[in-house]
Amino acid sequence: MEALSFEGTAKTPSVKFNGQEGIIEIKGRSIPENSIEFYKPLVEWLEEYSSTPMDLTQVNVQLEYFNTSSSKCILDVFKKLEAIHKGKSEVIINWYYEEDDEDMLEAGEDYESIIRVPFKMIEIVE
Amino acid sequence: MSFDVNEYYSNLNGGEVVMAFKGDISSELISNVLEVVEARMDEYSESSKIRKKVYNVLVESLQNLYHHIEELPEGMHEEYGLKFGILLVSRIDNRYKISTGNFINHGKIDVLRNKIDKINSMSRDELKDMYKFILNHQRLSDKGGGGLGLVDIARKTGNNMEYTFEKYDDTYYFFNLDVYIDFIK
Repeated sequence: MEALSFEGTAKTPSVKFNGQEGIIEIKGRSIPENSIEFYKPLVEWLEEYSSTPMDLTQVNVQLEYFNTSSSKCILDVFKKLEAIHKGKSEVIINWYYEEDDEDMLEAGEDYESIIRVPFKMIEIVE
Repeated sequence: MSFDVNEYYSNLNGGEVVMAFKGDISSELISNVLEVVEARMDEYSESSKIRKKVYNVLVESLQNLYHHIEELPEGMHEEYGLKFGILLVSRIDNRYKISTGNFINHGKIDVLRNKIDKINSMSRDELKDMYKFILNHQRLSDKGGGGLGLVDIARKTGNNMEYTFEKYDDTYYFFNLDVYIDFIK
């Protein structure tokens, strides 16, 4: 299936979803006033990918900022990944946070406690 | 005498003003404010920890305004525009203060007051549980609001929110919300 790719903007993250490699990346800032529109194609892409996922899907989430409107949409993305993980293929979510950004680490832990997919918390040291 | 917005705005002071605005709260305005405040925090050489907290709380404060602001009746358009709000970011002693203000229909005051009082009374762990519950169980509104803004602000600041409701006329009150971010936490 075709890859999904967006450049980042001041309010939306860069997105690289590669179905052939099973690598999914979301990076940057996610602070649009209404995040539904932005995340809709991501959720739809995952819906399609879930019919023929790779044996291992690696998810890299590296957000500098995200707002509460995005937080629900990110949960929707993770729920799609949870459904893939419930099938026969494996999913790992790598949650990146900058050194001393406890809020971002805690946000990752919040998701980890809701979503049944293995999370790896990765501290970025400058 | 009824509440005077301009007088109120000019009296919002104390400390060093980082950014002040009154007028229409649009998506573009929010982008501009964020850019300016980010540049100012660079000038102050704030630690990345403070910078992030202020930025996050500012995003939620502005987007709360954006999502919840009352569309004012025609009689008030001329003076205030359609979606009037105020914002003041200041640096006082060893904390940042973010003040926002907007008109609110008097019928909505009780619900809002109860919500803030409840959030203020909650412990860190209770706030975390409340955040996760809303995140997992409540749908986004069509405008993209999630009902999480105030809970998120309380979690990130660790401080109580302060508020006032000033009577403007029989229908409208002016709601002011102050949130504080401490330098050392």
